[in-house]
Amino acid sequence: MPLNLKELSKKPELLSPGHRACAGCGSVVAIRQALMAVDGPVVLAFATGCMEVSTTIYPYTSWRVPYIHNAFENAGATISGVETAYRALKKRGKIKGDIKFIAFGGDGGTYDIGLQSLSGALERGHNFLYICYNNEAYMNTGIQRSSATPFCAATTTSPSGTVIPGKTQFPKDLTAIVAAHNIPYLAQASPHNWRDYIGKVKKALDIEGPKFINVLSSCFRGWRTQPVTSIDIVKTAVETCFWPLYEVENGEWKLNYMPKEKLPVAEWIKVQGRFKHLLKEENKPLLQEFQDWVDKQWDILLQKTGDTVHKVVV
Amino acid sequence: MSKMHALTGNEAAAYAMKQIDPDVVPAYPITPQTELMQTFAQYVADGAVQTEMILVESEHSAMSAGVGASAAGARVMIATSANGLALMWEIVYITASSRLPIVMAVVNRALSGPINIHCDHSDSMGCRDAGWIQIYSENCQEVYDNMVQALRISEHKDVLLPVMSTHDGFIISHTVERVDALKDEEVKKFVGEYKSLYPLLDVSKPVTYGPLDLQDYYFEHKKQQAEAMKIAKRVILEVGEEYGKLSGRSYGLFDEYQTEDAEYIIIALGSTAGTAKAAVDDMRAMGKKVGVIKLRVFRPFPAPELVQALSNAKAVAVLDRSEGFSGIGGPLFQEVRSALYRKADMPVSGYVYGLGGRDITPEMIAGVFGDLKEGRIHEDEAFHLGVRE
Repeated sequence: MPLNLKELSKKPELLSPGHRACAGCGSVVAIRQALMAVDGPVVLAFATGCMEVSTTIYPYTSWRVPYIHNAFENAGATISGVETAYRALKKRGKIKGDIKFIAFGGDGGTYDIGLQSLSGALERGHNFLYICYNNEAYMNTGIQRSSATPFCAATTTSPSGTVIPGKTQFPKDLTAIVAAHNIPYLAQASPHNWRDYIGKVKKALDIEGPKFINVLSSCFRGWRTQPVTSIDIVKTAVETCFWPLYEVENGEWKLNYMPKEKLPVAEWIKVQGRFKHLLKEENKPLLQEFQDWVDKQWDILLQKTGDTVHKVVV
Repeated sequence: MSKMHALTGNEAAAYAMKQIDPDVVPAYPITPQTELMQTFAQYVADGAVQTEMILVESEHSAMSAGVGASAAGARVMIATSANGLALMWEIVYITASSRLPIVMAVVNRALSGPINIHCDHSDSMGCRDAGWIQIYSENCQEVYDNMVQALRISEHKDVLLPVMSTHDGFIISHTVERVDALKDEEVKKFVGEYKSLYPLLDVSKPVTYGPLDLQDYYFEHKKQQAEAMKIAKRVILEVGEEYGKLSGRSYGLFDEYQTEDAEYIIIALGSTAGTAKAAVDDMRAMGKKVGVIKLRVFRPFPAPELVQALSNAKAVAVLDRSEGFSGIGGPLFQEVRSALYRKADMPVSGYVYGLGGRDITPEMIAGVFGDLKEGRIHEDEAFHLGVRE
């Protein structure tokens, strides 16, 4: 099926309306888009998090496909079990036909508490796709910092105070950590570039073995923005090179999008209430530190992808 | 027709698993369970079973993968000990509440800390309220027999609860004993084919596992679990009787040894029951009216049946191989005393023994009987048997 909106709009929604996610939730968009890439039978596993609590409040479910939620930190291990059962039962002739397996987790369930479980599943080589819907904090429990939370972002456990300016660490590079597992395919994506993202999910589902996609998903509650900006804001994250779109296929790093003009990261920061304090005059050095970090990460990435480096002056 | 083997407890459990040939076995090493999964892995490597093993990176993932595989529709067996069980804890509860019939061999070992690799029951007792059926084995023969029966009990349509089948670390897990095994085809027929009611892999009938269950339904689901646990008692007895017809070895909720005319009775779990039986033999030879009740099934707890069995005794001592830290006695003691609440004239004495693999001898058991006879009853606070002051 060609990746155009006309065709995609004809596809049945696997996540039915009526779920209880916030209007303007970036994660729902990220998940719906991912499921548009699915053509045949699929089984989903979810880590505890926003998308789990909002879609399966008993006795209702929003899922039109088989779905399992086990706990917070074990989506990787759970999908390992499901996928292994599929192979075991197929071997004994008890089930027929092909089934795809996708596990979803937020950044808390993937970068932090679920990292070991994910790593184990990747190393063992199960045939599944893991999608991290990264909204950069524990949004489900009320906006606590995670290892995906950006530098200086204010969260309820890393608030901006008179002494400490929000989170004091830079986020973990989970995508690179996953790349170190030498799996056949992994990528970073953003729902604003749906063609790139859905194409990546499609590609991943056609590859045997473990696959991983890290998709930036805005949370207007936690990012302190307006719901209507949910897609624009992740676009800006990409245009500032804070969230580059790239993929690693069989060890080959490839940049999928080169901004025509690399915007200063302040363009992304200034529209989010969680960074409000960063725009104060006295915090200018912190803003510069943030920009330097983005530049350095971008530089490292371009070295891997073999592209040319851009320089930005704040 | 059975076949005689010389097997350790761990090998006996692995041998039962080989004959059952489960679909999926997640495994992670921990002493003293390790040999069980090593033995089973060799069966897999030699093509003796069709099982797919998942060699996970932790016990938490072992249980998590077990939940995924069982929900998918596979027959799942698993094994662990001590800290491994503690790490699984969260998912142990989820397994039971998801009504997934997983059988887990628990090779009893003391929980850290301090770290210790030897036997006590703090691991399985720690999750006695997790909603799993718990069956304790005295020797290698029982390890084998209970593993085979556990699957039938667990998968029974009126039960659908996971089962822990435990045996004492090192004392049984690493001791070679004679084990009479059923033929492969007898085991296959006894356990039958597993057919999940709601397999995740049936894509034509999509199901949602693990939903958010709030104030309006959670309580009803817990009540259903409690009902299933009550029904399990009947099913355990039915399966034990059917197994007896097949093997010549019937099983109930507990085993009574020389209790018919016994004035003093000791209740114990696992291998210690064997030691107690030896002590009873010695004392019976001296004309003393003593007996042993070996509790096989701790969950569901057979309270009315125990009360009936104890009805003619003058006093009872309960041996706990875990502390419990309640200040009044171990978990088995508390259950037994609670069961005997309406028999106010029955002295119930609590002992904690054997923690971290500390030896228990027939002489110590004889001492307990001596205490009962002479009226030294530890009813408000457990006596720590075999500890240095």
